[in-house]
Amino acid sequence: MTTPSAARVLSDEQLTRNFADIAPALTGDAALLEANTCLFCYDASCTAACPTHIDVPAFIKKIATGNLRGAARVILDANPFGHSCARACPVEVLCEGACVLNARDEQPIRIALLQRHATDTVLGRHVPLFSAGQPNGKRVAIIGAGPAGLSCARDLRRWGYAVTVFEARELPGGLNTTGIAEYKMTPAVALAEVQDILDLGVELRTGITIGRDMSFDELLAGGYDAVFVGIGLGRTKRLGIPGESLPGVIDALTFIEQLKSRPYRETPVGRHVVVIGAGNTAIDAVTQAKRLGAETSTIVYRRGEADMSCFHYEYELAKRDGCGFRFHCTPKRIVGNGRVEGIEVETPGGVETIPCDMVITALGQVARDEFQVPKHDRVFAGGDFANGGAEIVNAAAEGVQAAKRIHEMLAGEDGKGR
Amino acid sequence: MADLRTDFAGIKSPNPFWLASGPPTNTYGQVARAFDAGWGGAVWKTIGEPIINVFSRYGSVDLGATRMMGFNNIELITDRPIEDNLKEIAETKRNYPRHAVIASLMVESKREAWHEMVKRTQDTGADGIELNFGCPHGMSERGMGSAVGQVPDYTCQIVEWVKEVATIPVIVKLTPNVTDITYIARAAVKGRADALSLINTINSIVGVDLDSFAPFPSVAGKSSHGGYCGPAVKPIALHLVSAVANDPAVKIPISAIGGVATWRDAAEFTALGAGTIQVCTAVMHYGFRIVEDLVDGLSNWMDEQGHQTLADFRGRALPNVVKWEDLDLNYHLVAEIDQAKCIQCELCWTACEDGAHQAIRRHARGNGGGTGDGGRGPSGPVVEIIEEACVGCNLCSQVCPVQGCITMKQVPNKFAPTNWKEYSAGQKKLAPRSEHFHTAIWSK
Repeated sequence: MTTPSAARVLSDEQLTRNFADIAPALTGDAALLEANTCLFCYDASCTAACPTHIDVPAFIKKIATGNLRGAARVILDANPFGHSCARACPVEVLCEGACVLNARDEQPIRIALLQRHATDTVLGRHVPLFSAGQPNGKRVAIIGAGPAGLSCARDLRRWGYAVTVFEARELPGGLNTTGIAEYKMTPAVALAEVQDILDLGVELRTGITIGRDMSFDELLAGGYDAVFVGIGLGRTKRLGIPGESLPGVIDALTFIEQLKSRPYRETPVGRHVVVIGAGNTAIDAVTQAKRLGAETSTIVYRRGEADMSCFHYEYELAKRDGCGFRFHCTPKRIVGNGRVEGIEVETPGGVETIPCDMVITALGQVARDEFQVPKHDRVFAGGDFANGGAEIVNAAAEGVQAAKRIHEMLAGEDGKGR
Repeated sequence: MADLRTDFAGIKSPNPFWLASGPPTNTYGQVARAFDAGWGGAVWKTIGEPIINVFSRYGSVDLGATRMMGFNNIELITDRPIEDNLKEIAETKRNYPRHAVIASLMVESKREAWHEMVKRTQDTGADGIELNFGCPHGMSERGMGSAVGQVPDYTCQIVEWVKEVATIPVIVKLTPNVTDITYIARAAVKGRADALSLINTINSIVGVDLDSFAPFPSVAGKSSHGGYCGPAVKPIALHLVSAVANDPAVKIPISAIGGVATWRDAAEFTALGAGTIQVCTAVMHYGFRIVEDLVDGLSNWMDEQGHQTLADFRGRALPNVVKWEDLDLNYHLVAEIDQAKCIQCELCWTACEDGAHQAIRRHARGNGGGTGDGGRGPSGPVVEIIEEACVGCNLCSQVCPVQGCITMKQVPNKFAPTNWKEYSAGQKKLAPRSEHFHTAIWSK
């Protein structure tokens, strides 16, 4: 049983346009103008607002002087995922939100686009910005090849550790590869970014699920001096209502992964799509369903507009895309004869059935409770797995911090004559 | 409505804005369009024996994203026949009798050559002659341009030759590429010049191509020093105009040149004694149309200030240009930050701490930002003036990116104004003043 794909009604050109870069790269002229608008603040609030504390004025100044490679190094030194953060970071509430120009009643500096301008010059071009450190004889295992794990891996390699990354999936990158809205970042960018890290000599072992193919104890017994766990979150939470297993019901992450791993017109999408939830992933789902060609694509949310957990600009984006919003609608059951035909919701005005042929659930991901990390002073954790689900930049920051703690611990042992 | 009409050494023009001698005044077509656009006068591109130019003639200095903050050229005088230029000057005067048309001249340093050139020029009906003693490149290698203008005796001699036959006002254009421009100005006066114009361009190399190592503007990989102009040179021109205007041995009209791009520039030059204002680079950048705001802005400002004519404020700033030793040492200032306007960029702090007198105290921000409020926390100001350490130097107010946020306030005292001469002669006393403390004292 396949869901009929509404994408068939859109031309290839239209689909390409719909999934094109939502924030296209700056031209050289625009970047120069923007870089020269930066005040070059001392102790800059943008830097303070970034979880990885990229020295934003420093890299912008370098763009202004034409030192793009130097700018890219400043960014990637602090944040190994500077490429994806330039595309997918919620800068409105981070660096750009903190830009002092906001207080001068102006638009902030377009930091994300400047970051992309700088980092694009090195992405996938094998520019040796960093090198592996002299081998120090120590080994670290990293579970999960997402932004947290690979950030940790990158810095440990720079300090000379032998690093092995275990990844359950076939492709590295975690949600960067499979879960970012296509119009923000393509898998190609995510994989090129990962490759630059792997090129430092990080060993990647894909298709290995720790806890299934190899137990945690076996891993620890493998002679690693430390382990970092960055395995992300689990599956999307269930609605827990009747009809949830009807064909035509799909969770948002699966929907987005399908979209990103096959030609657009082969991505199953309904003509009338309902998305349950109001977080950022729900927005990614509702907009992309619309962009795939759904006639209607509607958020159904049990609470009100002000309660939505998505960022304001994401809400605005979905509205611009022509998506619908039904607030104070609590899903009661999904109805349909052999496949989804509608969703019954309880509204302040009574029970109502919203006709639809696809329901996308976006209720957040469950914690990886099945994965019990042993209490162990050599085991560290970060990213969504540890923080409950946040941004790429948080995962990168936590991976970098974990690398530092691991290094302090292991280098300290050297000092004690281990 | 302010009256911008100008009488400069007997040369009349509807406003003080003249095109300086250069590429914009090369042809009748250009000058006619300029007059149609509103320019009051034009100094024709320097006429002399036609030369051969190189390709690639101009170099630019960009400041950040701003193009042509400074500009230079290695172009020579006109490459058109003398006869063509003179014919077109005559045509211009016929069609624009109310506008000022000045012929810029440069010929070899021979009395007969100058006599002939001046006489031929006067036959066109031109309103005046400008002697180009200033071009620093190319022509100077042939004993003309700044090669004349750098030697007072040569300057005086050629002005005398010209004045022997001149029946129209003679303006001497001065080069800034000298140690003291007033020596040259006095030499021109001694030769009976009717007026001066300054500054010509400044010797310069505007840059080097880091791929080819060719200086700009590159001519087959090589270059020559060229004449620097554009907004970057305005401060130098303001100084030299004031120096000449304040020289009691000069006292002839001055046509100011050097980086004028706005009506404010023109007003400043006029306040320093300029009779007319010449513009070239700004026109090369934006075209003749800029004269509209030059005229409009200047007359609006004059109306607001109550100046009916240019003479009402001409030279008004000159008495205020004094020697350092005449400045009042008891005039004390302190910086004041309007915290309501502060956007917390901390540029004033780093400038004062590293670049000046360690007179700003810095506090931690209230939060790490991310709130769309510029990182502004509940903790209050992040920068505060340490008044007892502030020497009133202005630096913080100059780096501050917010208009009116940091201002300099006078700190009154009961001491009489006292300058260096009076103080060092023991005649007067200094008011107590802040001392220059090292930052370490304040960092605890």
